[in-house]
Amino acid sequence: MKAPIYIYYQLDNYYQNHRRYVKSRSDKQLLDGLQNNDTSSCKPEESNGGLPVVPCGLVAWSLFNDSYIFTRGAVPLKVNRKNIAWKSDRDHKFGKRVYPFNFQNGSLIGGGKLDPHIPLSDQEDLIVWMRTAALPSFRKLYGRIEEDLHPSDLITVNLTNNYNTYSFGGAKKLVLSTSSWLGGKNDFLGVFYIFVGSSCIFISLVFLLLHLKDSR
Amino acid sequence: MELASCNITNSAPLGRSGAPYMVQDKSGKSQRVRHKSMQFEDNQLCEEDSRLIYINDPRRTNEKYEFTGNEIRTSKYTILTFLPKNLFIQFHRVAYLYFLAIAALNQLPPLAVFGRTVSLFPLLFVLSVTAVKDGYEDWRRHRSDRKENNREALVLQSGEFRPKRWKDIEAGEVVKIFADETIPCDMVLLGTSDSSGLAYIQTMNLDGESNLKTRYARQETASAEFEGFSVSGLIRCEQPNRNVYEFTANMEFDRQKFPLTQSNIILRGCQLKNTDWVIGVVVYAGQETKAMLNSATSPSKRSKLESYMNRETFWLSVFLFVMCFVVALGMGLWLVRHKEQLDTLPYYRKRYFTMGKDYKKTYKYYGIPMETFFSFLSSIIVFQIMIPISLYITMELVRLGQSYFMIGDKHMYDSASDSRFQCRSLNINEDLGQIRYIFSDKTGTLTENKMLFRRASVFGKDYGDYEHVGDLLQETNTAGGTVHRRKWKLKSEITVDSKLMKLLHKKSNEEERLAAHNFFLTLAACNTVIPIIHDDMEMIEYQGESPDEQALVSAASAYGYTLFERTSGHIVIDVNGEKLRLDVLGLHEFDSVRKRMSVVIRFPDDTVKVLVKGADSSMFSVITKDIESGDHLWHETQDHLTQYSLQGLRTLVVAARDLTALELEQWQCRYEDASTSLTERALKLRQTAALIESNLSLLGATAIEDKLQEGVPETIESLRQAGIKVWVLTGDKQETAISIGLSCKLLMTDMQHIVINGNSEAECRNLLADAKIKYGVDERNENLKQRSGAESNNQGLHYDTKSFEKPQWNSVKEEKLNAPLALVIDGNSLVYILEKDLESELFDLATACRVVLCCRVAPLQKAGIVDLVKSRTDDMTLAIGDGANDVSMIQMADVGVGICGQEGRQAVMAADFAMGQFRFLKRLLLVHGHWNYQRVAYLVLYNFYRNAVFVLMLFWYILCTAFSTTSALTDWSSMFYSIIYTSVPTIVVGILDKDLSHKTLLQYPKLYCAGHRHEAYNMRLFWITMVDTLWQSLVLFYVPVFTYRESSIDIWSLGSLWTIAVVVLVNIHLAMDIQRWVAITHAAVWGSIIITYACMVVLDSIPVFPNYWTIYHLVGSPKYWITILLIIVVALLPRFFLKVLGQIFWPSDIQIAREAEVLKWPGHVQPKGKQAST
Repeated sequence: MKAPIYIYYQLDNYYQNHRRYVKSRSDKQLLDGLQNNDTSSCKPEESNGGLPVVPCGLVAWSLFNDSYIFTRGAVPLKVNRKNIAWKSDRDHKFGKRVYPFNFQNGSLIGGGKLDPHIPLSDQEDLIVWMRTAALPSFRKLYGRIEEDLHPSDLITVNLTNNYNTYSFGGAKKLVLSTSSWLGGKNDFLGVFYIFVGSSCIFISLVFLLLHLKDSR
Repeated sequence: MELASCNITNSAPLGRSGAPYMVQDKSGKSQRVRHKSMQFEDNQLCEEDSRLIYINDPRRTNEKYEFTGNEIRTSKYTILTFLPKNLFIQFHRVAYLYFLAIAALNQLPPLAVFGRTVSLFPLLFVLSVTAVKDGYEDWRRHRSDRKENNREALVLQSGEFRPKRWKDIEAGEVVKIFADETIPCDMVLLGTSDSSGLAYIQTMNLDGESNLKTRYARQETASAEFEGFSVSGLIRCEQPNRNVYEFTANMEFDRQKFPLTQSNIILRGCQLKNTDWVIGVVVYAGQETKAMLNSATSPSKRSKLESYMNRETFWLSVFLFVMCFVVALGMGLWLVRHKEQLDTLPYYRKRYFTMGKDYKKTYKYYGIPMETFFSFLSSIIVFQIMIPISLYITMELVRLGQSYFMIGDKHMYDSASDSRFQCRSLNINEDLGQIRYIFSDKTGTLTENKMLFRRASVFGKDYGDYEHVGDLLQETNTAGGTVHRRKWKLKSEITVDSKLMKLLHKKSNEEERLAAHNFFLTLAACNTVIPIIHDDMEMIEYQGESPDEQALVSAASAYGYTLFERTSGHIVIDVNGEKLRLDVLGLHEFDSVRKRMSVVIRFPDDTVKVLVKGADSSMFSVITKDIESGDHLWHETQDHLTQYSLQGLRTLVVAARDLTALELEQWQCRYEDASTSLTERALKLRQTAALIESNLSLLGATAIEDKLQEGVPETIESLRQAGIKVWVLTGDKQETAISIGLSCKLLMTDMQHIVINGNSEAECRNLLADAKIKYGVDERNENLKQRSGAESNNQGLHYDTKSFEKPQWNSVKEEKLNAPLALVIDGNSLVYILEKDLESELFDLATACRVVLCCRVAPLQKAGIVDLVKSRTDDMTLAIGDGANDVSMIQMADVGVGICGQEGRQAVMAADFAMGQFRFLKRLLLVHGHWNYQRVAYLVLYNFYRNAVFVLMLFWYILCTAFSTTSALTDWSSMFYSIIYTSVPTIVVGILDKDLSHKTLLQYPKLYCAGHRHEAYNMRLFWITMVDTLWQSLVLFYVPVFTYRESSIDIWSLGSLWTIAVVVLVNIHLAMDIQRWVAITHAAVWGSIIITYACMVVLDSIPVFPNYWTIYHLVGSPKYWITILLIIVVALLPRFFLKVLGQIFWPSDIQIAREAEVLKWPGHVQPKGKQAST
């Protein structure tokens, strides 16, 4: 596999597109932090013990927190975890001076914790997570391996299983993938294009014959 | 001076009487129609129901009854009431209520699917646009009301006339009006500047007729002095009503009691002309004036397509319900399955686990049944545009645009009357494409109603051949004419027969010359025409209510008998330069029973003559057969009359006789008595007339040509080819009707005429039954219902041929039957037929005939006939007419068309469309009707598709979100979809698309049958569209889902992709169906895609939206583009394939014609049947 190799974690049967979930966030707060008082949209995770939660809402609360350590043979593989979120999100959507506050302090822990000293704009895992997925089986970018991997290489992944999948009866997967100009590997487009293309050729032949047989 | 009480309403031989008004309320229907048609007697004034007006005593007048003041208000709102009232009116529309209900649902916390402001946007948008429009219109009405109310008139106040503002005038006050002033309210005339109490008014504002009408003050009041005296009197009149042709009242004045009629009242809005001043007492003021009562708009009609549309909307509601039900059910089941996990499920979490007052409380969770129910409601909110409510607004805009182009069509501009096409109703444009029956008035509609004096039969000799006259005419004109006749210039030039001219100029006293003299004297004297002499005594113009009379008087003038002065007591005729003053002793109006009119004239030499003209059927019974010459004269004249009738000329017989002193005295006595009688005046006058209208000596007959309008035969021929049945309903007599029918190619010589002329019910029944047996018409009721009820069967086109192949038909008569049938029926028979249960018999017979001619029909019978057809079929009916007598028929028919003709504007006011000429009907129906029908039909189907494909796409996605009614699209995109992203192209296409050029459509009228067959909109097409929609929505949903399966795509990116994909898809779908591309279509279709992108870019540039910067990421990825391409191709491929196959193997007439147009085969194509296709 040629570099860059993308590391994704995949969750199945996880409805990140559920209406209760998608709406449970405050984009204003993500940008302005505590200055923004109206976090009613974040319910039921908007405040804790009378103090607002930053970042509030179910989405942030359920932040994915498994971690992976890759080793090739005995040598640790360097995984670049920078620049995994959209640059636009980092620059304009998540505040540079907004720090996590009162986060994950409720009686039920939903997922990962955040370092309260790092501004949200640098919490890339959170930024990736908060681009909620469209479909119930989804992948999210974890990091990049910026070296080529060879067929004979033995890769060991040491994973810390923090994230609770039993609560939703789902499954977790780890995916390594390269990317072409069409994005990740997916045969659907290619196969379907060939199929549709040949149907079109067939139909045009039929029409051509019809036209030749009886041209008006 | 007894003349004063003769009213001047109707002298037209047509009997165009003034009772046509009453069908305003639709409930009346034929019951009422029948009743009215029988009623020719005078209305009697019922004592209890009358209103009392005390002359010059407004206080007493208004004390008992609450009569309205003269202030008028046409505006609907005041500043205070505007908002509530306007909203109230707007919410009368179901569409808005639906919008409101959806928006209200969305405000409930558990249902808040969309943001609160977003969900109100569509409703507020529509409401505010309409409110601004209504407000502006009302402001203009306020302004004109204020102007009108603040005008001033002279009112008698404490003995002298002082100016008073219009709005302060009250019933009972005495008002003085000067020449050219507008009359402020309905007033009974008390006195005028004319000593005999005569006044002329122009009723232009009321009925559009520009000619002057005479009104009289009663003799009893005309001489009274008003200024400085206290006058008193009492008027007892009927309650305010909208009939402008009738007024029943009586007056007590100076201890005398006398009746008042329509000729004594002047109405608000009229103008005083040729009279220095008038004084009148106000009887109706303000809103109660006849003008205001008549300003109510005619009931609005709804197009047939719209009612079909409602049927399909019902199906869409069923789909909506099913989808919501599926979502709710899924939600319920899902909740039951995950019941245990709901507390902690990261993406559901029904409880608070945060410290604080809410700890362990549930959040937005009301138990599974309630959640299921809420899920149902919120899916209604998400799927709301499944019911295309915006379609109603779109359709209104489209019709507005269509009307703009119809109005601007220069082929429908009548330069003669400078009248454009008018769309008075904006609801039924597309109905014009499906007309199957046309009911046409004859006079003024098929004909020009410009009467031309064509021929005359004088003393048994026929005159009026102009062929050989030529130069001779010039000669006589210069030789005999210069001396005097040049002095009187007529408005219209009339050619004279030199032979008749010579006869008149003979100096002998032989019988023939005397007869000719009396003949023209009668023409000049026996009428109600008013001569108006223009400034320099050069031009003379005749104003009258009957164009026939104008033609006769003009003709008399051309022959040297110029009527140039008329007062109530005498007339002055210029006979070849010699002024002849004749005293008018009495005048018997034309009425529909006697069908003649007579005047009693005293000559300067004290001889008294009665001059009579009338319809031939009524005249010959009162003419004596002279033994020597009479027999010959009688026969000759009758021969001529038949000839004239056959040529389509309108005939009148002229007769006269001398009255002896005894007869005169007898008559005068009776006449005076009758004309002042309170009860049964019409009857008494009729009896009086009979005294002198007897033993007349025949002078001759006149023939007036009722000129056919331009292009009438061609138009009728085209309409017939288009499968439209033309029925002519006329007040004329049978012979004239038939001859006009022949001359306008409505009747063909090879047609079998069925004539129904019954004088009793039994007779009519027999005639109908005989005709049905003879021509083999069977009970086709069910048959017909079936045909019109069925959706898109192609029977329509072959209707005629098929019915001829019917096995029940007697084979012996087959030969005979192949000739098309024509039914001629007269008003008398219709009285019996429409009254009794013979209606259905008539209907069977009439629908089997190709042409139906109804003659001598009363105005309300016309409506009865329209109703006969309308209530028995689903076919569309169109009524076209120009006169007040057509109003009822125009309002009854599905589509009413008014001709802006000579007979005033009442037909136009009542009509949905108005135009200058009958021939424009061809273009209106075949071109604009066809286009509008095709456009609106496509528009409706496309809108169903456009909204359904969007909703289905959302639906499939919701199935992937644990039934939680999430939309991947942003709220704004969901709202903008039908308002901004895709609305403009549909409107543009609905206004501009043309499936065929107007040339082709006019060349092949058969193409119109597409509308009859419901080709462009029917159940089948609806279901095909829905299946197509289902396919397209599946492609739209699954192609991206498979492409981005197990990828890191986020919900907003996928939503953005879907937004663009669906907008591009529906626009390309539309583009595939557009037949005629113009720059604006390109701009609209491609422009909407660009605007969609622009909106996406704007929406994605706001950092506080979760979808921030999505589009920028997407456009950089090739996968995005090729996915959209794939969606478009796969979604439209089946449609494209089937469309092409359909065009190759089963083309419709329209498609064949279009191919011919594209390939430019001039006249090669015969789009008559389907066989011409492959």
